[in-house]
Amino acid sequence: MPLLRRGGRAGLGLLLPLVLAAGWEIAVATGAASGRLLPPPSRIGATLWALAVSGDLWMHVEATLIRVGLGFLCGAAAGIVAGALVATIPALRWLIDPSLQALRAVPSLAWVPLFILWFGILETPKVLLIAVGVFFPVYVGVSGAIASVDRKLVEVGRIFRLSRFALARRILLPAVLPATLVGLRTGLGLGFLFVVAAELMGASEGLGYLLVDGQQFSKPDQIVAAIIAFALVGKAADMALVTLTSPLTRWQDTVRDSL
Amino acid sequence: MAGSGLKWRAERGIVRRRDAHAMPARETPVLTVDDLSKIYADGTQALSGITLAVRQGEIVALIGGSGCGKTTLLRLIAGLDQATRGAVQVDGETIRAPHPSIGVVFQEPRLLPWLDVAGNVGFGLADLPRSERRTRVSRALERVGLAEHGGRWPRELSGGQQQRVAIARAFVAQPRVLLLDEPFSALDAFTRKGLHDQLLDLWAESKPTILIVTHDVGEAVTLADRVVVMRPRPGRLDETVAIGLARPREPVAATYEEAVRRVLAALDHSLRPAATKPPPTPETRASWW
Repeated sequence: MPLLRRGGRAGLGLLLPLVLAAGWEIAVATGAASGRLLPPPSRIGATLWALAVSGDLWMHVEATLIRVGLGFLCGAAAGIVAGALVATIPALRWLIDPSLQALRAVPSLAWVPLFILWFGILETPKVLLIAVGVFFPVYVGVSGAIASVDRKLVEVGRIFRLSRFALARRILLPAVLPATLVGLRTGLGLGFLFVVAAELMGASEGLGYLLVDGQQFSKPDQIVAAIIAFALVGKAADMALVTLTSPLTRWQDTVRDSL
Repeated sequence: MAGSGLKWRAERGIVRRRDAHAMPARETPVLTVDDLSKIYADGTQALSGITLAVRQGEIVALIGGSGCGKTTLLRLIAGLDQATRGAVQVDGETIRAPHPSIGVVFQEPRLLPWLDVAGNVGFGLADLPRSERRTRVSRALERVGLAEHGGRWPRELSGGQQQRVAIARAFVAQPRVLLLDEPFSALDAFTRKGLHDQLLDLWAESKPTILIVTHDVGEAVTLADRVVVMRPRPGRLDETVAIGLARPREPVAATYEEAVRRVLAALDHSLRPAATKPPPTPETRASWW
């Protein structure tokens, strides 16, 4: 019964976009609207289908996924290490946390010209830009989680005379895991945000390239098709991350709710 | 071992069984607290000259109003905090840090939410072989009536069940001395009664020495062989009331009522700042005005 209700609710959420799409389709088909700037769903679908059949779509998706994947790995690793160091060594916190917080406030796109100047327009600046985007939510999540570990649980570890290493492994690590995963998930979302910016700065393949190409050659159906592909790929990556990490947070229902 | 306050009182004939903190000379105490004082960094004196000896298998309740240092005393004995002066010994060994002979049950269950109930109970047994650990954990869970709940998460348990897991976790490590810091204060009277019985059952098995902090007179009289009343500012021991009732104890018995009255009288006395206060020693004077 609850499953049915949940299915019903998801169905209700689909109702609005479906009605809008159908309305637009009818409007264009009856000539009430030209559909020149926003093609009807059938044409977008056809474009998407053609891209998929020709293999172009997979090439672009692959290029985008590799960039996001590399940027995510670098950014997440750096964020975890920096967050752990800053949260556990007070001197480091006072030294570098203010600078990192200041850098965090810089809008991501502001880095683009500098990165192009430094690293050219090939893959390096793209991956780096994505890594920068992933770094900050992971850094903030990890350092915040370590700083807010319940002192009372640490005391339980002391009562049982855990070594420093055992304390880290058996109490600190599981305690910070949920917030770390939330940070990783936010980071992955930002990675997809930043890959668009990265691919807009000049790329010959990738979903962002499809966007630019669609704009330059006035192909709105291709732009919308790329947007839809972005949405699907982003959602799939997010679901993959959640599925891979959910066994780690089985114990905490609130985390699962927020994920 | 008697402090200067005792001498001062003895000279004036107002000894109120303070020497009862000490024990009959023939028995070697398991736990001895010798002239323990704690002054916090901000200068607050939390404890002053605590001297206490507890023999093997004895249950001692520490009772007193808030702010008289009951929890501080327990934390010093547990080795979680350092005393400013004085020493704690268990079986003659000076305690400076948490010790395998000392188990602690805190006011909150403090279960690790990422471990199931069995994992929590066995948390301190990581060094044991797996099979031995499993046997001990399931036996402990049986004793606290949670045999069926080993695979559940702490969050799925009621407050009383969680505290039972915490008690099992402390007992399973077979401590010589068990410290309980108001372990039942967050529970309703009915749950509390059940936990008193289970605590006494567990105690009867291995007879650890128990020091329990409480501010519930009924709880103190139900559990303890001796009730030690503390008084505040600075925290120190006041009177000791020997309970001397056979177990199990029935709250309706006249002897029980009489013991409760004696503890209440001692508590009442500890709340009066009158004539019996010891002369201020140099380190206490500052905090007295």
